[in-house]
Amino acid sequence: MSSVAQKKGFGATLWDWLTTVDHKKIGILYFLGGGFFFVVGGIEAMLIRWQLHKPNNDFVSAGLFNDLITMHGTTMIFLAAMPILFGFMNAIVPLQIGARDVAFPFINSLGFWMFFFGGLFLNLSWFFQQVPDAGWTSYASLSIASEGHGVDFYAIGLQIAGGGTLMAGINFLVTIINMRAPGMTYMRMPLFTWTTFVASAMILFAFPPLTVGLFFLTFDRMFGGNFFDHTMGGNTIIWEHIFWIFGHPEVYILILPAFGIFSEIFSTFSRKRLFGYPSMVFATVLIGFLGFMVWAHHMFTVGLGPTANAIFAVATMAIAVPTGVKIFNWLLTMWGGSIRVTTPMLYALGFIPSFVMGGVTGVMQGAAPLDYQLHDSYFIVAHFHYVIVGGVVLGILAATHYWWPKMFGTLLDEALGKVTFWFFFIGFHMTFLIQHWLGFWGMPRRVWTFMDGQGWNSANLISTIGAFLMAIGVIVLVYNVIITSVKNVKVANDPWGDGRTLEWAIESPPIYYNFPATPLVRGLDTVWIEKMEGNETGLTPAEPIKDIHMPNGSIIPILMSFGLFIAGFGAMFRTEESWGLPVLIFGLLWTFVAMAARSLQDDTGYYVKKDEILRDLKRKGGQK
Amino acid sequence: MADVQVYKRTPAEQQLAQRRSKKAMRDQVMMFSLMIFLTLVSFSMVVAYEAGVAGFSKYLIIPMVMLFAAVQVGLQLYYFMHMSEKGHGIPQMFMYTGALLGFLIPLTFVTIVWW
Repeated sequence: MSSVAQKKGFGATLWDWLTTVDHKKIGILYFLGGGFFFVVGGIEAMLIRWQLHKPNNDFVSAGLFNDLITMHGTTMIFLAAMPILFGFMNAIVPLQIGARDVAFPFINSLGFWMFFFGGLFLNLSWFFQQVPDAGWTSYASLSIASEGHGVDFYAIGLQIAGGGTLMAGINFLVTIINMRAPGMTYMRMPLFTWTTFVASAMILFAFPPLTVGLFFLTFDRMFGGNFFDHTMGGNTIIWEHIFWIFGHPEVYILILPAFGIFSEIFSTFSRKRLFGYPSMVFATVLIGFLGFMVWAHHMFTVGLGPTANAIFAVATMAIAVPTGVKIFNWLLTMWGGSIRVTTPMLYALGFIPSFVMGGVTGVMQGAAPLDYQLHDSYFIVAHFHYVIVGGVVLGILAATHYWWPKMFGTLLDEALGKVTFWFFFIGFHMTFLIQHWLGFWGMPRRVWTFMDGQGWNSANLISTIGAFLMAIGVIVLVYNVIITSVKNVKVANDPWGDGRTLEWAIESPPIYYNFPATPLVRGLDTVWIEKMEGNETGLTPAEPIKDIHMPNGSIIPILMSFGLFIAGFGAMFRTEESWGLPVLIFGLLWTFVAMAARSLQDDTGYYVKKDEILRDLKRKGGQK
Repeated sequence: MADVQVYKRTPAEQQLAQRRSKKAMRDQVMMFSLMIFLTLVSFSMVVAYEAGVAGFSKYLIIPMVMLFAAVQVGLQLYYFMHMSEKGHGIPQMFMYTGALLGFLIPLTFVTIVWW
């Protein structure tokens, strides 16, 4: 295998991408898959807002509206935000810790394909005209009563995608624990790596409850179980507990990597070491732990009683403390820094006020008595969009601009990037700020339409206009991506000029073995330290150049995931079609055969020869 | 293939390695006997209770058996799965975090959520 760029046919390129175990390519696959579902979820959002732009609108039917809100939420959380963040983790974290790949490249690929087939399964519901309609939370009484196969698509699709997520989380944990370059102690890890680490640990503990809950739901709906049926001795409230024991950590799994992204951006474009690095690490870990202790604040109105409500209210407010530590650290990172307002920095600057607003409304809802007023109103909708869009999506867009050169080798147009930002930012606040008042004025969430004369008309219209501004922002971004890719102007190692972490010391995009020689890490922001000491390459090698062991690609992950995809259809149609049970068994057998094939094959990978590495280095102008 | 490096131990290193493995073997055997002993005691207590021997009440035996079980889990993890050796800090941290969460969440249910 040669690293010299060769023209390959379409078939060979496709095969290369389907079988890849390279973390950089899997990162791009996650990014593209997540980006696709982000657009799908965005279109659903536009339809929702169009339906609500005037009173008594009948643009969509009530049933279709339920489908749209359910799929919008589920798609955006599970199929857009998480995969895109996984894309950045895959593409960047191994580079930041000086590793050549993740710990388990095969499992990495399996995780991606399980996400992909799970997402595909969920979205095929649109073609079957039986779409999940019990909300993204899928509360049990409603989801058990839901007719057709809608909720079955939800339960099985998320089960498959969730398995992929769990694998990805474990993979990152092992990678960060075991594959750090010499000198990269825990307290020298870049903050994006730290937040990935904590988010992965949260995945490890939070996704098993989701798996259990979804299995209960699957059994209740498809195999005659009674876990949530109170007439048969089940407990319908237990779904809410299980869901939120998963669901609350889930929102921190989303926001922590975004925090990491912004920490990198603040420090890079303020040209300063991140202020209070140890306290940032501590705050990240603390948020990760407290995230498991607050799930019942989603259930204050269920009737848990004053003791539970009070304890969970206090625990919820405690999370504001480490989050506040982070906010002040970012502000103090900028303080006295030599700030450059690039597009990523613009997003970071917009993030602070937006996310603080979302956090403050979160504390308001954390006060249990007030939550009785706010529960299930548009105030809630406003709050979680402020944290998810104002935090996670701004983080994703910032990282898209920031790491685009590292992932694709080109720099997105800065002027267009700023246009995207302003459309998106103004649109975002226009859409969701007014929804706080809509909540106060009594508009319940998840309503299909509303009647005239309640004082909600103009607020809803403003909200809809804002949503379309956000859509314009995203369209400008897509245009930006297309023209940048067409122009294809390659950039150097560190196009921002102020890179501090290891990924900026190697070419964009990095060669498939990342580092010719594993780097020696001499402190936090090691590349910055090297540059300040006059080492222009930004790297000190920790070892001589020698043969590199690399994993072979494999088609098996895609086959394994496809078996589960087939089995999902079998499980769903088991009772009503004669082919259901055989297909279920066939799909599972398919997966087991694929697993056996993997277990029995003796694939020890291959070596990149020292000569070839030296050739690559010479081609790039020699090693300094 | 990369060059295979052959590393020859010095006599002192060899001795140290031998002493260490001897000690490890002794520990393993000791712990194994201890675990068998604990299992025997547990079974004997239950048999004694079944046979109606005075002094072996349910309220004595159940906590005792649970306690022995906990000790056995600890021995299993620390000796037979080598958690007592160096380089197991991170797995320990994750296990204890998991155990803490697995304890706290059910505790929440039985103390403040359901009653």
